[in-house]
This record gives sequence, structure tokens and C-alpha cells, in this order.
Amino acid sequence: MAEVHDRPPEQFTLKMRRYDPESGGAPYWDEHTVELEPHRSVLEAILQARDRFDGSIGIRCSCRQAICGSCGIRVNGEPALACHTHLDAAKRGADDGVIEIEPMGNMPVIKDLIVDMDAVHWKKIQRVTPWLLAKQPVPEREYIVSKEAMVDVTQTMGCIQCGACVSDCLAMEVDPGFIGPAALAKAYRFVGDPRDDQQFERLNDLAQDPQGIFDCTHCFKCVQACPKDVNPMGQIMRLRRIATNDHHINDPNNGKRHEAAFTTLIHDNGLLWEAELLPRSYGGNSWFGKFAPPAGKELLSSLPAILKALVRGKVTPMGALKPHKLPKADLKSVQAIYDKIESRDERYELNLYITGEDEKATPPGDPVAVGVTHEIGGSEPPPVGAEPTDTPTETREPREG
Amino acid sequence: MKVAYWPGCVSRGFTPELHGSMAKVAPLLDIELVELDRACCTGAGVIAEHNQELADTLNARTFALAQQVDGAKLMMNICSTCQGAQSECQERLDANAEYRDHVNTTLSAEGLTYETGLTNKNFLWLLVEEIGLDSLRSLVKRPLTNLKVGPFYGCYIVRPRDRLGIDEQHPRDHYLDQVIDALGGTVIEYAGMRKCCGFPIITMNKEASLKQAGRHLGDAKDADADCLVTPCPLCHLNLDLQQPIAEQVVGRELQMPVLHLPQLVGLALGLDPKELGLNRHVVRPTSVVDWSSSVVAAAAA
Repeated sequence: MAEVHDRPPEQFTLKMRRYDPESGGAPYWDEHTVELEPHRSVLEAILQARDRFDGSIGIRCSCRQAICGSCGIRVNGEPALACHTHLDAAKRGADDGVIEIEPMGNMPVIKDLIVDMDAVHWKKIQRVTPWLLAKQPVPEREYIVSKEAMVDVTQTMGCIQCGACVSDCLAMEVDPGFIGPAALAKAYRFVGDPRDDQQFERLNDLAQDPQGIFDCTHCFKCVQACPKDVNPMGQIMRLRRIATNDHHINDPNNGKRHEAAFTTLIHDNGLLWEAELLPRSYGGNSWFGKFAPPAGKELLSSLPAILKALVRGKVTPMGALKPHKLPKADLKSVQAIYDKIESRDERYELNLYITGEDEKATPPGDPVAVGVTHEIGGSEPPPVGAEPTDTPTETREPREG
Repeated sequence: MKVAYWPGCVSRGFTPELHGSMAKVAPLLDIELVELDRACCTGAGVIAEHNQELADTLNARTFALAQQVDGAKLMMNICSTCQGAQSECQERLDANAEYRDHVNTTLSAEGLTYETGLTNKNFLWLLVEEIGLDSLRSLVKRPLTNLKVGPFYGCYIVRPRDRLGIDEQHPRDHYLDQVIDALGGTVIEYAGMRKCCGFPIITMNKEASLKQAGRHLGDAKDADADCLVTPCPLCHLNLDLQQPIAEQVVGRELQMPVLHLPQLVGLALGLDPKELGLNRHVVRPTSVVDWSSSVVAAAAA
């Protein structure tokens, strides 16, 4: 490490988006070249530019060690904590060697790199009742809960409210009312807490809201953006799972129907039958679903697309009416898997956040043969540096209500 | 190169031209496709949302079938959504031996076992990492000269980077650009190239879903693209099949042809546009193909 820190200062050029709404002027780009050691942070570079060249640069920061969540910005188009991004890495990620610095997205700019977190992020956090609604009676001493359950919610408790996931949320980009990744991760923090008394009420609220759990587009942007591995999208999927499977909550957003229709169609055919999935998602999970009024309404509104697809031969009437199916024996095997797993008393889930990885898999970039026994004749040795971690434990989600 | 080939469901359903064009292109690239016709749907993330163990077991079954393909170098996908869904399951299966044993116990009823360490690549990754851009370039018979192509990566093969093996040595989130360039085309960058097409919420919030598709198509049009190319059939459904409705949602004419990756490769490798199913798109690729001569025809520069 000493070698890294001994590297002499280098020049780094920052291209910064500047904007002061109160000035009445339009946003513009500003460039400054600073001199710092390559392992220094982008935040230090911005602060040096402010100190040396332009005291009016607006940036919010505090701890400078990735824990206060104040200095969320965009570096080369990607959300990041300025204090947690090394200059050399930022330069390598820049198209032309010039590090591009912008304020976060999906939130109004107050000045330069400072966005209005109150207007968006904190309002959404408040939306999900971000406190424990304790089970009664409250014990005189501590609650006794399983270690796994508490470790599980520590993942969402790790959120430092930096807004990086909100900045990058693609659903929010087209639907600003979407509750969003940070607030829904916070919602899981209480839904997953065995001490909370309002699991059903919380989930029902988030499922009924058209901009709630079913408005997430599953784009992984928040997973990638989060500097603290909170995995907001993963938490949203778990909220959906508990809402639809444990509490059987019906929602007006087709969330439960879509999941049920998809899962049933794969059980019945092994492969997806698109022409049946859409009407069932709107009308109900059975063959008769397509005759329900919401399915008919959807069909009518989709006619411009359907007719063109038929005319072009993209979709044939027979292809739409008849599912493609797996061979009989394979379909039976798939159904046996469904029967075995669906009949368990409790869902069996592996949460890598709790268990960690016990074997380091070969990085996907380095090919290992599929048919190892046929092609290469043995599996690859583990990569250098792979260390076993703690003994894994499985986790079972509580099924309440 | 022999590969265990997973075409997915949609490439055999609502985008049959994808599966068809892959079959035409494969021999030209010396890829032998052994179709995993016994494998079931990956669940596209929806089955995992319903029950994680179910999704992991169904996909482990597919991986085990792939591992039985004699002499296959790897498993190949032509659907990004399948790739993403499978990667998520594989991450869990590979990370924890106890969990893998548990899943394999279920598979043992059919005499199948998944062994850790499967290599599963999207056709795009295979093009760059196994075939190589230089080889690809040398196979081009009809360079896509003057054709301005906007890459549409979607989500599932670009995020999350760690799980998908994207790093400085494997810039998989730039491979479409590299392939377009190798085929002689011009890469058009635009705002939505790595954003969500909106398909996963088409039944939950159709307006938001098609606003996403419409915006990206509009961005590409504003950036002067002749067409888009995508490695994901579900993106294709929202960008092409739904484009007439997306036009209504965003209130502008789009008329942006969207090609599947094997179609773009096939055109450059000299295949006939009809063989590649280019006549089966909702938005006719007239800016890409001169039908009278079957030659790639970008708008005159």
C-alpha cells in the first residue's frame, strides 16, 4: 500500500456542470485542472478546484470517508460518492481522460453539485413510515429475535441516505411519483424486522399504490449505484414476494396476477406463452382471464401493435392461440420440481448477504468449459487468493399473517 | 465451436425472427448450436420473485442439461433477460456448496446434477471473447458502410457489473459498440443506450413502460440513428412491437427500426434480409435494407 501512496501528484482535469437557478442563467460546463496524488478522491479534487480557482463551486460534503452520504454526485455519468472515488479510477473511466462531474439526477439542483434531497429523497423516505411499529406488549427487557433476521435487516440499515440510487432510478425518470429504491429498501428494513407489528399493513399500502412496489422496472440501476451494497431492487423483489405469497395481497396494478400467471404458465407448459400471459395479467390467472373486462380493454388498446404484428407475420394466429410446450417427460420433471418446492412449509432461501460466499467462483470473464468432463477433463483450480469464509447458514423467511 | 444453446422462450414465440436469424448466422461463424430443447423458461426474474428456490432449481436443471452436452465449450444465450436471470441463480448456486447440494437433491430425481463453474455467455460476449473482433471483421462480406446504428444494451447484460464479469479487461458494456464498428457500421451514442426498455412493467404501468421505450427511440432518432440493435428479445418487444403505441404515449413519430443482434451480424456477413426475418418486424427496416437489391442501404450520406 505504501507504494500506492508514494505515487507523486499528477494533473487531473475536471469538467464540471455548473448551474445556479437563482441567477437566471443556463447551466454550463466549467473545466479546472488540479494536481493531486492519483489515490486521492474526486472530492479532494473538487475542493482543490474550489480553493484555488473558483470559490463559488457548490458541493456538499462532511465526513470524507463514505459514511455521511453528503457528497453524492455523478462521475462520468455514473452515481458515486465523491469522497469514495479515486482520481486514477475516475480518469480511466473517462472517455477522453477528462473527468466529468455532474449533480445527481432525478432531483432538482440547488446549486452546481448540490441537489434538493428534501424535495425528493426525504419525502419518499417519510412516505414509508420509517420507524418501528412495535408488537404489543413491548417486553420489559429486549426482544428475542433470530440472528439471521437481524443480520438480514442490517443490509438495509447500511443505507447512508446518499441518494445515489434515487439519482439513477429509471422508473423515477419517467414516473417521478414512484416511491423509489431508497424508500422501498427502508420499507423492507421494517417489513423484515420480526419486532414490527404492521407487516401486512405496510405491504398492503405499498402494493395498492400504483407507484409502489410494482412500479419498479427491475433495471438493476440502484443495485449498481449503491456504495453500501444495500441491494434496493433485491429488497423490492422480497417485498413483492412476501406481499403476494404470504399475505396474498391483491393489487390494482396487476402485480400479483402477473406473477401468478407467469408462474402458472411455466408450470403448465414449461415455456412462456406470451399471448396468454398478457390477458391473464389483466383479467385473472386462468384460461377465462382473457374474457374479463380489463383484459378486453387492454386488448383493444393494443390493437395497433397486434394488427401490425399479424400483418407482418411476426405473430401468427395459431402461434398465439397454441402454447409451445416442453416434451412430455421434461414437462413432468419441471412439474415435479414445482410440486416439491411449492409444497414446503417454509420457503427455502439463500441470502448471500448473510451467508457470504464459501467458494470464489471463477470470474465470468475467464471461460471454463461447460462439459468439463468431456472437453477439458477436470474443473479449474480455484483462483489464487480465494479464501473460504464462515460456514454458511441457510435462512428461512418468516411467514406470518 | 460447439455450444449448448439456450434460445429462451420469446425468441421462439413473439420474436421468431431472432431464433431463425441465429440459426442462419451460426454456421457462418463456425458455431455449432446444440439446442437445449429440454430446458424450461428461466423465469425472467418473475419466478425468482415468486420463489427463489424454484427459480434456482429450474435454472440449475438447465445448467445441468448444458453440462451434459458432449464437447460443448460453453453455454450460449441470445436473450439478455435469460442471461441476467440465470446469472443471478448461478451466483447463488456457485457461492454456497450446501445450497447447491440442496438444489441438486431435487434434481437427482431426474438423474441430473449441476456442477459449479459453468460458463454461460450471451452471443454478444461470445462474438467478442471467443470469435474475436478481428475474425469477425475478416468474415464481413457486406460492410455496413454509412449505416448509423444505435446500440441498445438494455439492463440485464450490463448490470450488476460484478455478477456479469464486467471489468476493465472485459468491457462487456461496450461490446455492442465494438461489434457495430467491426461490421463496418457507425456507432451512434444516445442517452438511452444502457437504460431500461420498460418491458418488465408493461402490465403494471403501461404508460411509464412505453414512455421509457418511446424516449429511448426518440433520443436515438434525435442522434440521427438509422436503426437500433439489441441483444434482448424482450427489449425488442417494447421497442419494435409496441412502437406504434409508444408513439402515442410520447406524442411523436418514431419509425425507428430495431434489429436483433444476429440480424445485424447476418446482414454484414452477406445473408439475405428475408432469410434473417427482417420483413417480420412491426417497424419496417427500410432505412437499413434496400429490398430491391437486398443490400444494406443506409440513408444517403
